Amino acid sequence: MDIANQLQRQFMDYSTSLHREGFVDDQFTQLQKLQDENSPDFVVEVASLFFEDCEKLINNMARALEQQQGVDFKQVDASVHQLKGSSSSIGAMRVKNVCIAFRSFCEAQNREGCLRCLQQVTHEYSLLKNKLQTLFRLEKQILAAGGSIPIVE
Amino acid sequence: MGMAAESQFHVLAVDDSIIDRKLIERLLKTSSYQVTTVDSGSKALKFLGLHEDGATNPNTSSVSPNNHQEVEVNLVITDYCMPGMTGYDLLKKIKESSSLKNIPVVIMSSENVPSRISRCLEEGAEEFFLKPVRLSDLNKLGPHMLKTKFKDHNQKREKQEEKAAFQSPKRQEQEEQHQHQQQLLQQQSNNNKRKDIEEGLSPERTRPRYSGITAAV
Repeated sequence: MDIANQLQRQFMDYSTSLHREGFVDDQFTQLQKLQDENSPDFVVEVASLFFEDCEKLINNMARALEQQQGVDFKQVDASVHQLKGSSSSIGAMRVKNVCIAFRSFCEAQNREGCLRCLQQVTHEYSLLKNKLQTLFRLEKQILAAGGSIPIVE
Repeated sequence: MGMAAESQFHVLAVDDSIIDRKLIERLLKTSSYQVTTVDSGSKALKFLGLHEDGATNPNTSSVSPNNHQEVEVNLVITDYCMPGMTGYDLLKKIKESSSLKNIPVVIMSSENVPSRISRCLEEGAEEFFLKPVRLSDLNKLGPHMLKTKFKDHNQKREKQEEKAAFQSPKRQEQEEQHQHQQQLLQQQSNNNKRKDIEEGLSPERTRPRYSGITAAV
């Protein structure tokens, strides 16, 4: 049995499940389509930037929400807005959806609601990171086996 | 390859998000545009040769016959929401500058706010794209950049003709030859570019301004 084919099958199944479970949406597929010989690591590079950005923003939000003297909800909202933008650009649908709810709580100046969202967003981010790292690992294996990475819509 | 600078359009992309900068750069390069990205409106103005107070960089004054900027920029695409100078502020500064006002400007935003969109279009933005921006959005850029190449060219021709009225016949002849050569080069490169762009364009060439908006679902 051809290893490359096996791996490609695995990759396609995994990709499909990511879409089905809402981890990624069509924008992620668009990113994959933009990857070519001129930019062979495009998706991995964007994903890495996203993860770095996520961590930075989550830390900002946590710090702002910790303020005992009074939470600056505008500051929290600014970070959520940025995260919403990045997650939308990369196709991280579940993270984006949490950000949408998060912004409402910021607007309502609801600290409890914000803290819950912060927890959720942290959870979704780490889930996504694991999923994508698995996906990228599969890609590497396919290439190493001499196969090409299929695009799953 | 010697005409590469003339035949490739150069886009200046402005966005404070590193992810969005990377994305727009890839989209633009895939569309065969030369790209420069900056992370703020003030850096964009600096790149365009304009200081924030409106004064033009003396190194890029209009004495140079070909460019009114150090590096020719054929289109500016900018995010709306940026700290400090917003995309709207940048748009205004460009349109208010005598040396830069002909450069087409496109605004991108993650938020679909009708009043924001109309404000930008009224201020002179050519298009308003909702993020995330798609390749199909970028297909709309070609006509705006082509239009400017022709407009610029005609303006230069007019300037040339004005100057000619005050010059000696010999000088005039030399300048006209130079101008003629430039025209030939321009036409050649435009013909090539036009062909490439037309293949990517949809049938309707003239469209109302608001068609630049795709609704976020």
